[in-house]
Amino acid sequence: MPWTREQMAARAARELHDGFYVNLGVGIPTLVANYIPDGIEVTLQSENGMLGMGPFPFEGDEDPDLINAGKQTITQLPNTSFFSSADSFAMIRGGHIDLTFLGAMEVAQNGDIANWTIPGKLLKGMGGAMDLVAGVKRVVVLMEHANKAGVSKIVRQCTLPLTGRACVDLVVTDLCVFDLDRHNGGLTLIEMAPGVTLDEIRAKTAADFKP
Amino acid sequence: MANKIYPNAEAALAGVIADGITVMSGGFGLSGNPETLIAALKASGVRNLTVISNNCGADGFGLWALLDTGQITKMISSYVGENKLFEQLFLDGKLELELDPQGTLAERIRAGGAGIPAFYTKTGVGTVVAEGKPHETFDGEIYIRETWLKADLAIIKAWKADTAGNLIYRKTARNFNPVMATAGRVTIAEVEQIVEAGELDADAIHTPGVYVDRIILSTVNEKLIEKRTVRPRAAQETS
Repeated sequence: MPWTREQMAARAARELHDGFYVNLGVGIPTLVANYIPDGIEVTLQSENGMLGMGPFPFEGDEDPDLINAGKQTITQLPNTSFFSSADSFAMIRGGHIDLTFLGAMEVAQNGDIANWTIPGKLLKGMGGAMDLVAGVKRVVVLMEHANKAGVSKIVRQCTLPLTGRACVDLVVTDLCVFDLDRHNGGLTLIEMAPGVTLDEIRAKTAADFKP
Repeated sequence: MANKIYPNAEAALAGVIADGITVMSGGFGLSGNPETLIAALKASGVRNLTVISNNCGADGFGLWALLDTGQITKMISSYVGENKLFEQLFLDGKLELELDPQGTLAERIRAGGAGIPAFYTKTGVGTVVAEGKPHETFDGEIYIRETWLKADLAIIKAWKADTAGNLIYRKTARNFNPVMATAGRVTIAEVEQIVEAGELDADAIHTPGVYVDRIILSTVNEKLIEKRTVRPRAAQETS
């Protein structure tokens, strides 16, 4: 049984350590906030200018001036601070954020990542993703193993325009978890979803990996 | 001392807008956008604008209105996202677009306001963003050179202003507004409240008055939410 999006988020949340400052990307990464392990306190950064992001507001308490980078309404906490976009990215680019969870369209076995455009078809823009992969200490990708057409999103070499080169440290998919050595290149399979076999992962992965 | 308070958006824009100018517009998503000034730009009929803004409003709101009327020729942004008109105009070749990483965009604007013509960053190395830009190695790592951004006009949104032009923003509506305030040849702020100089806590000012040339009171005060996300009330009792 492949992992659900929630189970992927729960697995990814095990990468968190007490005291971490963490940035959550849009999509599946947002769910990680629901699975922060007991006994661990992390501070969430939102690149539109907030450190110390709280949960979604109760109905009726939404504040249009209080949103996260995915434009969702959120709340503030006792430790919250607000700042400008320039200060926010100084924090990211200056190496002060410990970990980021990002979605992706493709991840290559050398650690390259593509997640902002499909030329001629789709243009999302890179937003803060290029800054995050360049500046955050550890980059964890959360994505479905295959795209909607059933094609592996883990590849030998990215075909889409890159967001960053050799910058991914870990990939969590619905089938498994790969450790990625961004310095020397190379994927290592470190965990499989329950009931998923090595043969299935081999068949569905268009990249080389160490089992 | 010059009076910075203008009676309305039209009066504040008088003498500073012309076809072909570059305009910076604060805001992230639908938060912290100068909606009153955007509406006045639309009404002015000014054309051939280059607009620098993180995104370009959302379907039906914010800067989207100026895309819809064809008043924007070029956008400098980091995110297109769910804005279908923005995406389609670009894919159809009807809009010139320069996409910058969001941190690079913010820093280019900061540099423009601070008189720093260029700086180096690791962001974008090895991607299309780096193409044609000088590369240099510092402490064993490769960086690319990015240049400053300035504008003929910066339109920004703040929460409170005093008559000296000092500004305070509210929560995540701050975003790009403080840096853009520094990088406009003329900066116009629209705000929710205007108070006398001395009434704001001088230690709490986010944008010092030197950066702000003209101030108006917002008349578009309906704040929009792009993605309303909530917890059910029941959870409050159990938590």
